[in-house]
Amino acid sequence: MTVEAPVFEEPAVPVDPARGPLDWVRKNLFNTWYNTLLTVALGGLLGSALVTLLRGLLGADFEIIRVNLRLFMIGQFPADQLWRPWAATYLIAVLIGSVGGSLAAGAQDRAREAGLPYTATPFRQVLWRFWPIIALVSVILAFTTTPAPALLTLGATLVGLGSYYLTRRLPGGIRRWTWLFALLLIAGTYVVLAGFGGVGWEDWGGLHLNLFLTVAGILFAFPLGLMLALGRRSSLPAIRGISVTYIELVRGVPLITLLLFGALAIGFLIPSDLRPGLVTRMLIAITLFESAYIAEVVRGGLQAVPGGQVEAAQAVGLSPWTTMRLIVLPQALRATIPAMVGQFISLFKDTTLVAILGVLELLEAAFIVNAQPEFLGKGLFVLTLGFAGLVFWVGSYTMSRESRRLERRLGVGER
Amino acid sequence: MWRDVRVLRVLAQIAAIAIVVVVLYVLWFNLTNNLQAAGLPTDFNFLTQPLGVDIAGSDLGPGAPIWQGLLAGIKNTLALVIVGIPVLTVVGVIVGISRLSTNWLVARAAGLYVEILRNIPPLLIIFFAFNAVVLQFPVLEESINIADLVIINNRYVAVVGFTAQPDFGPFLLVLAVALLISIGVWGLRTRHWERTGQPHHRFLWSSLVFLIVATGSFLAFGDPIRLSQPSLDGRSLEGGFQGLAAYFAVLAALVLYTASHVAEIVRGSILAVPRGQTEAANAIALSSSQRLRHVILPQAMRIAIPPVINQYLNFTKNTSLAIAVGYGEITRITFQAIGNGQPAPQMIAILMGIYLLFSLFISLIVNLVNRRMRLVTQ
Repeated sequence: MTVEAPVFEEPAVPVDPARGPLDWVRKNLFNTWYNTLLTVALGGLLGSALVTLLRGLLGADFEIIRVNLRLFMIGQFPADQLWRPWAATYLIAVLIGSVGGSLAAGAQDRAREAGLPYTATPFRQVLWRFWPIIALVSVILAFTTTPAPALLTLGATLVGLGSYYLTRRLPGGIRRWTWLFALLLIAGTYVVLAGFGGVGWEDWGGLHLNLFLTVAGILFAFPLGLMLALGRRSSLPAIRGISVTYIELVRGVPLITLLLFGALAIGFLIPSDLRPGLVTRMLIAITLFESAYIAEVVRGGLQAVPGGQVEAAQAVGLSPWTTMRLIVLPQALRATIPAMVGQFISLFKDTTLVAILGVLELLEAAFIVNAQPEFLGKGLFVLTLGFAGLVFWVGSYTMSRESRRLERRLGVGER
Repeated sequence: MWRDVRVLRVLAQIAAIAIVVVVLYVLWFNLTNNLQAAGLPTDFNFLTQPLGVDIAGSDLGPGAPIWQGLLAGIKNTLALVIVGIPVLTVVGVIVGISRLSTNWLVARAAGLYVEILRNIPPLLIIFFAFNAVVLQFPVLEESINIADLVIINNRYVAVVGFTAQPDFGPFLLVLAVALLISIGVWGLRTRHWERTGQPHHRFLWSSLVFLIVATGSFLAFGDPIRLSQPSLDGRSLEGGFQGLAAYFAVLAALVLYTASHVAEIVRGSILAVPRGQTEAANAIALSSSQRLRHVILPQAMRIAIPPVINQYLNFTKNTSLAIAVGYGEITRITFQAIGNGQPAPQMIAILMGIYLLFSLFISLIVNLVNRRMRLVTQ
């Protein structure tokens, strides 16, 4: 017996009689009398602000940024050593490219295993996702006086794209070692900058120093934070007490007090023949501060692991240590990724605080160039601080958007 | 015995405590040694010595003892906190609700504000507000004067305000009593409503009672406070509510920054109220403002309050950034005292202790609020 499949007619899409642009305006801007009022007032305000901004930008003399661009980017890195930051940039391009490629290939593999179609993100969408970065790099390159930086940046972009496509084509067995390669690249970046007659981090500056303090702060604080988080969840009261005391004490004070401690008081607590430089002491303070926050992030991840997981591990006879390493931590750390990115962003913004102690990072550089004789008293703070603000904004905005994307993809918080 | 879990647990704890004690002892040993080697005191008796610097925005001279300087610093920090928290709450709630407005322009403008402000370091905003805005104002002699209501120059801002007359103290006392009475009336009306089911109008009743008592006592005391307009007399600014321009720069910068975070929390909390609530409110024919006031906001508030109080804590801690523009709050005074040769470890310990007290106070409030909320929900 054959059953004829019922034929469904595609229902006609109801045509909204009000679809013109004028109707849209009426519906979204002037639907009630108070919305009309708001639209007019706000429109006028925003319009005049935009006109002021554009007029200011067109009439401004950007000499102060053009002259000091290198100071903003890498501080007082010796001019004859400039190849080092560039080499580091290329290594980082390879790092970003290969990690991105590895993640994309992993997603493709998982989709194939699950029998789902995999569509690569279209190039237009990638451009849309990273437009702030592209815009920022263009703005920075517009302030350079020779074509060399633009060419070198183009080269780095190509190298990054190349390593992206190369990593995607690697067989899965080799690709699994990308993280090791990434760690080697991070170490390599440091060696290229500081190794064999290079410049140690005490003399770094500008945006480069902000990025270093952020990355190093998170990297150093992570093991400490992990230990504190596990300690806080421990069943041993003494260990729990020590962890809770440390975490709550540090979270109760502002970062600036710890930085003051690092700058002015840490010298009293260590043997007097040990005299770490100012940047190192800042890094110690940041690490101490950040570990308490990372501990709370990791604790959140640990709490997200269902209790049944531990019980199941015990049931198959895993030791507590193995349970932690193979069952709890992988799930907990995966759940913390978005919060960790948030922590990274807030530390990136907080690294400006070392300016108060006179460390020459980007904000401090943007501030002190106004004391240069040729720019003194000209009221150019709007330009320099605006430039620094743009750099920080692009960094944090892009990262926070990516972290929201990641959150959706990992499905954290929706189970 | 060595494989007994109970023994191991005790041993692990003893080991942990021992490590902490040894580390602390080594640090303490180094500290006392280094302080003595530097010829600095190892106790807290130095707090009675003179501060040695002027504090902008207070009457203390360089001869005042350090502890008085610290108290003045706490006062200046609190001046930021007490004014800042209500203002940032209002701004944050308005912007957060605006992001969900049906007016496209309002929603976009609020979104623009939030996305720009919360992704810029607060210290940069403070630098900007002070160096790019306040310092570009004219000097004292050429102050901007807006209809004798506001006078602005690059050092001071004076706003029209009130000056206290001799009877101000008793008047304030009467106002406090009036407030207590009106709270009592509120309670009475609520009970009346619960008993009889008749409309309570408790807001109307209690505010009416307060206004009557306040106006009556104001007339009885014969102007206990008087309107005072700021005026510029040659080189001195007089009358009105005066503040350092640095204070307003820090206040504006931190309020704008923190409000952008509060706005996100408010928006998230409103979105977290289940859709069914909106639909139910529509089904019983509430207007959109009634729906917001009686259905959505009360539920959203319960979700929003703990993270918002956390933002208050962040705001309080961020007031320490005022050090960058020379406003005399507690961190700056500590910094100046250390620069004047006072021992850094003790001064910073005091500073951290003060911020810990602030934090403790705020987390106490969080716990109280949470407990109250739980009682309400169950």
